[in-house]
Amino acid sequence: MPWLNGTRSQQSLSLNTVCFFAVSHSQITRLYSRFTSLDKGENGTLSREDFQRIPELAINPLGDRIINAFFPEGEDQVNFRGFMRTLAHFRPIEDNEKNKDPTASEPLNSRTNKLLFAFQLYDLDRDDKISRDELLQVLRMMVGVNISDEQLGSIADRTIQEADQNGDNSISFNEFIKVGNLQHIYVWAGDHYLILT
Amino acid sequence: MGLFLDFNPFDNLLCILLGISFTVWFTLLLVFIIVPAIFGVSFGIRQLYMKTLLKIFEWATHRIERGAKDNNHLFVSDGNRDLDHASEFEMSDIFYFCRQGVESIMDDEVTKRFSAEELESWNLLTRSNYNFQHISLRLTVLWGLGVVIRYGFLLPLRVTLAFTGVGLLVVLTSIIGFLPNGRMKNFLSEQVHLMCYRICVRALTAIITYHDSENKPKNGGICVANHTSPIDVIILASDGCYAMVGQIHGGLMGVIQKSMVKACPHIWFERSEVKDRHLVAKRLSDHVEDKTKLPILIFPEGTCINNTSVMMFKKGSFEIGSTVYPVAIKYDPRFGDAFWNSSQFGMVNYLLRMMSSWAIVCSVWYLPPMTREEGEDAVQFANRVKAAIARQGGLVDLLWDGGLKRGKVKDTFKEEQQKLYSKMLVGTQEDRSRS
Repeated sequence: MPWLNGTRSQQSLSLNTVCFFAVSHSQITRLYSRFTSLDKGENGTLSREDFQRIPELAINPLGDRIINAFFPEGEDQVNFRGFMRTLAHFRPIEDNEKNKDPTASEPLNSRTNKLLFAFQLYDLDRDDKISRDELLQVLRMMVGVNISDEQLGSIADRTIQEADQNGDNSISFNEFIKVGNLQHIYVWAGDHYLILT
Repeated sequence: MGLFLDFNPFDNLLCILLGISFTVWFTLLLVFIIVPAIFGVSFGIRQLYMKTLLKIFEWATHRIERGAKDNNHLFVSDGNRDLDHASEFEMSDIFYFCRQGVESIMDDEVTKRFSAEELESWNLLTRSNYNFQHISLRLTVLWGLGVVIRYGFLLPLRVTLAFTGVGLLVVLTSIIGFLPNGRMKNFLSEQVHLMCYRICVRALTAIITYHDSENKPKNGGICVANHTSPIDVIILASDGCYAMVGQIHGGLMGVIQKSMVKACPHIWFERSEVKDRHLVAKRLSDHVEDKTKLPILIFPEGTCINNTSVMMFKKGSFEIGSTVYPVAIKYDPRFGDAFWNSSQFGMVNYLLRMMSSWAIVCSVWYLPPMTREEGEDAVQFANRVKAAIARQGGLVDLLWDGGLKRGKVKDTFKEEQQKLYSKMLVGTQEDRSRS
């Protein structure tokens, strides 16, 4: 495999990766091939510009936030391990994993971790609370200029009112996961809902 | 002194041998390649070559373990959040955008069109060797043999032919330029162009299959085709005569362009004129109205795409209002990838790669002519033609602009997405205030 000729950190990647991220060998190959094709500078890391070169991502209203999720705090480059780590959140949970050893650390793509990923898209300052401002920011990104401030404000207020349980006018992670429609993450599939967990 | 005298007869013998082999070599070249090119006939040598290669590739493929290409997507890739059915804002709405975003990071439709297509099996060229490792000694030997044949035998042959073809083109068209305008000149110019392009075709060992030749472009029309590489021009022009459109370059290209235009009217623009869209449109429509002039050849994508898809056609050529003759060109990537990745290699490097591949195998389909219909604007017409070409060539029809190879995507697309989502939310608010 190509990366075995790479740096030492990349060499140690393969064994750890298979165990920790629980993705198959061929999935790693495909992801690595995708990683290198995005890495125009050929220095083994991706920058934000590399992501923004993907047109379908650049036109996504939440594109910048999603890109942010790949970069650890304060860093501007992500290596392949980090790239895979973020993507591993989205792997569907296989049936045979549900009965795994309960003492093992929770896999990245568990329901909780998926929800945490979504929570962190809202919670920009990482204070474990979604404030009204943070909610407004995300709403503004999704609707652009098409909805007035007042309307957006009332949507935000309603959402917080419904979710907030301890009265601090913001949504903590525990309140987030109890929000009715997130009990299971439903996805509309044309004529019925599918469970995304 | 004695030693020196001993070598003399051998020296002579060596010279004679070299002389004979060169003569034989050139005679063979002339008989088997150049003469057929002049008359447009074929001995079928290239077809035989292609069949042999295919058999070898099949054998090589059996030897390579095809790792099960794991097509598991890392997602539940089913069901879209149908925005019409949702009503109010929910916190889980971000999952819709989130999933689309992460899916596009994993694989998107656009960026992969600007690099060479990945092959299912290896065709014994190092350049297309992505994930295949050393499998067996026999395969490596075969590969080594391939290198020797391609670089030692085929490449010099092809380079000789290329120089011959281009040289003849420049010289003969300049000569024809001295003739007075008239039928004789046009006839000779056509023959000369065809002959030189055929020699160039053999210089690339291009094995081309033309389909539906009854739809070939006629005078006063515009021929549009999908663009994969500069070789497209040679492929089309060896089967018919076209007026080329393009920018005047310097150097060798400029010399070729200037001499070509002496023999028959091509449309070359100065660099400064290219920006002026009205000027370009005017010159094109003037040319098209003159029925004695040859059909214009245009590549509306504006840039080279890797032959797996057809990207947005620029509407300029579709506004002129003449008959459009669409042509679909599909290359067979097993013999050599024809895509020119201009950010990766320059023209000379690219041509060398082409000449050291096994062959260029492609199919050309001449599609029935199309004209703009009532009430159809240029953009819709362009999309209709594009769809026809994509369907015929088995390519993916994309709406994305080929200019994304180098430039950023416009913000208007993002604003459209935001508008759609807002409509869903606002619609609810209005209902709520009514009830």
